[in-house]
Amino acid sequence: MSTAVKERQAGGGAPQIGGASIHPADRNFRWLVIAAGVTVLVIMAAIAVFLVVKSIPAITTNSTSMWATEQWAPDSDPPSWGIAVLIFGTLWTAVIAMIIAMPIGVGTALFISFYASPRLSTALGFVVDLLAAVPSIIFGLWGLYFFMPQIVPLSQWLATYFGWIPIFENSQDLYTKSILIAGLVLAIMVLPTVSAISREVFLQVPKGHVESSLALGATRWEMIRMAVLPFSRGGVVSAAMLGLGRALGETIAVALILSAVFEINWQITEPGGNSIAANIALKWGEAGINGRSALIATGLVLFAITLAVNMTARWIVDRRKEFSGAN
Amino acid sequence: MSLDTVVNNASGGGPGPSGRRPAGDEGKRGPSRLSARVLPPWAAAAAGSAGLGLGLASWASGITVIGLAPAVIAALSFFTIYTIWTLSVEGRRHAVDRLATALIYAAAVAALVPLVWILVTVLLRGLSVMSWSFLTETMRNVDPRKAGGGVFHAVIGTLEQVGIAALISVPIGVLTAIYLVEYGKGRLAKSINFFVDVMTGIPSIVAGMFIFTFWILTLGFPTSGFAGALALSILMIPVVVRSSEEMLRIVPNELREGALALGVPKYTVIARIVVPTAISGLLTGVMLAVARVTGETAPLLLTTFLAQDTNWNPFSDPQASLPTFIWDQISRGTEPALNRAWGGALVLITIVLIFYAGARLLAVRYAPKSR
Repeated sequence: MSTAVKERQAGGGAPQIGGASIHPADRNFRWLVIAAGVTVLVIMAAIAVFLVVKSIPAITTNSTSMWATEQWAPDSDPPSWGIAVLIFGTLWTAVIAMIIAMPIGVGTALFISFYASPRLSTALGFVVDLLAAVPSIIFGLWGLYFFMPQIVPLSQWLATYFGWIPIFENSQDLYTKSILIAGLVLAIMVLPTVSAISREVFLQVPKGHVESSLALGATRWEMIRMAVLPFSRGGVVSAAMLGLGRALGETIAVALILSAVFEINWQITEPGGNSIAANIALKWGEAGINGRSALIATGLVLFAITLAVNMTARWIVDRRKEFSGAN
Repeated sequence: MSLDTVVNNASGGGPGPSGRRPAGDEGKRGPSRLSARVLPPWAAAAAGSAGLGLGLASWASGITVIGLAPAVIAALSFFTIYTIWTLSVEGRRHAVDRLATALIYAAAVAALVPLVWILVTVLLRGLSVMSWSFLTETMRNVDPRKAGGGVFHAVIGTLEQVGIAALISVPIGVLTAIYLVEYGKGRLAKSINFFVDVMTGIPSIVAGMFIFTFWILTLGFPTSGFAGALALSILMIPVVVRSSEEMLRIVPNELREGALALGVPKYTVIARIVVPTAISGLLTGVMLAVARVTGETAPLLLTTFLAQDTNWNPFSDPQASLPTFIWDQISRGTEPALNRAWGGALVLITIVLIFYAGARLLAVRYAPKSR
């Protein structure tokens, strides 16, 4: 919710009592709630500071470029590690997940908002939220043992008939543990996020716009295309960004599904690829002091990336509210 | 022209929200027709069965186009037949509308498939190892290559860790929400509001890493269930803040104003009027937050490590939890261990769903009566 709205509600509605003659208990309570709020700021600052401080040793002792090196040996002498592969894998799996999740998530939200009967839409909203409650380790377990065998034929089909497109090419003739499968599982995991936020945005479309377009003889799809989507474009983009933020940071499912190969691999049907979060989960146990420091450095990069994505999303939401909320 | 025809004509020219128009002039053909031609109501079913028929034919005969699976052929032929049919009868605009409707229905179905698939899989695989001893035994002295053992230690760990995380994050979260709703003004409130949003997006593994570097490395506390609970509460606080904030905001302002006008101090207004009015919503939010963090694996892997036996003390020594138990069993890779992982998954998803259903029940049961 934008701060402007919030201030109007809190400031205009709830009367503020000023002056000196307030109870001491009142003052104490005020300090208590301020302290709770400040705790949030302190935690955020502490996360940033600790990640930076603890990653400096590995960054300074790295014998090769942190950005360009395509290997992971922070505990060898001299230490050599790079983050390029991890950033690539993180972004590539997340992008594939979003390409799949966006149409389905927005479609589900449209169905719930404009097509389903009230009862069905309540039930479906509940069920989609339920998908968000499934723990990621269960997605990983299911993805590895039940989903993957079903997707292998799809990968083979893509490689056979569309192998001439470089990303579908498969020279290894192996189809398991691929970026495509990880991307599909991630797509299922971010689906509730995308769909819930899109639904919220569609709810805000002024009823007048919807009804007048229908009254003017628009078909339902024309109503969606001309009244709903233009109004909610910003919100849907931010739903995509928030979903992307979730996909980028997802750890366990990716760690279970991808075969951790430390190389940049565009071929989405071949085994291989790695992501920052999955790499941390897999390497943490065996890492030495410098290894952990290097992993923290990658965590810092992940933190920065998700921060940037989420802040952009919030910025889009706020901007949209300021300029088109008045209608 | 009778009034009846005029009405019919108007409604025929401007299709209603469903795209279906009253087919009053169904029999008429030719230039005297007053309403546009429209597909019969069974059109979608007919196109669907035609698609299904083609899919079945492909499955039975083994003939296929560029290697497509029969199910895909069925779906594609449905979309094609349906669109071309509408295009020839109703025209381009309605063909697009019907195609979009079909695709949106398909998206809703596609969103349901994984959930049902996952729940059924977990249920079937989990039930095959479920027994009283699975729930009451631990993994102490259990050979990973043999069946046996159980999740008791992990259930205890999960409940303790999630309980402590709730004890930490509920006060902070609810008080922050009270600050934002009842007091929040100016730069401080703005920045807290912003950073709560940012905190919502922290990857769970980063939360675990932070607690490891801060609590274990820097402050020197041992690996423990409590460290895991700290990591979980970082993930839980923003969720609690957001849901509580929403609930406090729907408390009618007249209640606040009435109490303040009677000279009640503000903190009493909040404690005696605002919070009790919103209490069911607050509890719902807390339970949903609990359900969300119960399944978190990544932060616990870094902070609680793995344990094979019950550790009742959350403040020292590694402590098991259901997500790390499942992770541990998967990584052992043997058939009995994998079965145990599925059993753990069933227990975990049951606990999560109990919290989730409890939250919904609470929300429905104690929802504020509509005025």
